[in-house]
Amino acid sequence: MSSAWSKFASPSTFYPLAGRMIPVFWVLAAGSLLVGLYWGFFETPDQLGGSNAQKGYYRIIFLHVGAAWMSMWLYAVMVGWAAIGLVFNTRLSFMMANAIAPTGAIFTFLALWSGSFWGRPSWGTYWDWDPRLTSELILFFLYIGYIALHSAIDDARRADRAAALLAIVGLVMVPVIFWSINCPDPNQCAALHQRSGLGKVDGNILFAMLTTTLGFWMYSFATTLMRVRTIILTREAQTTWAAETIQAEARA
Amino acid sequence: MFKVFWSVLHRDLLLAMRRRTDVLTTLFFFLIVVSLFPLGVGTETAVLRTLGPGVVWVAALLASMLALERLFAADFEDGTLEQLLLTDQPLVLLVLAKITAHWLLTGLPLVLMAPLVGMQYHLTDPAIGIMMAALLLGTPVLSLIGAIGAALTLGLRGGGILLSLLILPLYIPVLVYGAGAVELAAVELTATRPYLMLLAAFLLSSLILAPLASAAALRISIE
Repeated sequence: MSSAWSKFASPSTFYPLAGRMIPVFWVLAAGSLLVGLYWGFFETPDQLGGSNAQKGYYRIIFLHVGAAWMSMWLYAVMVGWAAIGLVFNTRLSFMMANAIAPTGAIFTFLALWSGSFWGRPSWGTYWDWDPRLTSELILFFLYIGYIALHSAIDDARRADRAAALLAIVGLVMVPVIFWSINCPDPNQCAALHQRSGLGKVDGNILFAMLTTTLGFWMYSFATTLMRVRTIILTREAQTTWAAETIQAEARA
Repeated sequence: MFKVFWSVLHRDLLLAMRRRTDVLTTLFFFLIVVSLFPLGVGTETAVLRTLGPGVVWVAALLASMLALERLFAADFEDGTLEQLLLTDQPLVLLVLAKITAHWLLTGLPLVLMAPLVGMQYHLTDPAIGIMMAALLLGTPVLSLIGAIGAALTLGLRGGGILLSLLILPLYIPVLVYGAGAVELAAVELTATRPYLMLLAAFLLSSLILAPLASAAALRISIE
């Protein structure tokens, strides 16, 4: 690892850096969400498809798809930080993993929630045991398990490492769980249920969808950095620099 | 190396036999859960035949999970576990021995009790046979994966509830294919082969990976 990277692996140097990055990410998040939502509401067709037309309610995909993508991506990022923490024994990596988890859980919940509200008009039901829905629900349980284990252990070092191991085990199991739900009958796995490709999506819809996703991504950065700053201060409360920082911020 | 495995296995079985109620409680829990369902959903043969496989598997998951708490807890409290960690024997092997003991005490009896439960749910004879085979392949996976959770939640307050939150989602593949095999056995016996093969694949892969993860988890929990 180069020295510049390892420099910011220390909580005391990362804390001010994160503080400077947070406003940037908030601006980026607000900007792309506004553009994406504007485009999604005013530049896209009001109706989709032929015989079984999707009316205005299809527009929930601008939130739904981004939230679902972020929920999965953030789990991978969380496991990445957890693994880095276990390998290099860096405290900040564990704090990052720990800070990502709530945002990931919120996006998972948002994806489930928005999906069921789309399902009501188009499928006629809020919930169906569709493989994607079920997988997303399981992902939600995995996030909750991670957060629950971490908060149940008082000793920060053990909590970090135990939750990290759990997250890695979860990531190993995710494909197996996904395929078992997707294909409960191994005799007929060839006919998997849904195939979708971004190429078939209308250009304007795709643009709005990708822009809101980018907004969600920037939002994840912003909230994760904010949370990691709080975690850093809580964990480092006994050090001089943290006490000075808290005093300086209280004065400002 | 096998001597270590045998001695830990023998010790755990001996300890369990000296406190038989612990083992029996789990088995009776399984029986009670399975017996309560017909009282709740009605006793029509068709309904029971549909529900049977799933109920048996969910009850097996819960029973195996309830017993998991005891997998390391007693040894952790009296310090034996620390001594096991300090020996120069491979920890993976010791953990595997403990998991094997756990399976012999909770998994294997469930397999043997399956015909009894099958009769309660009016399952056909081939279906009962498949159920026993599926449980025989699936319950070790439950013990193996569960051991990771048991090691992670070692000595925590409210560990039991937490354990269920961590472990039950990971049990899903076993549940899906285990129950699926039994359900299909009533319709077409030969079609259950892929299910059993998948369960066997889960067993082999978890046999390799789960003891490693449990050993790592134990090292994290006790340091």
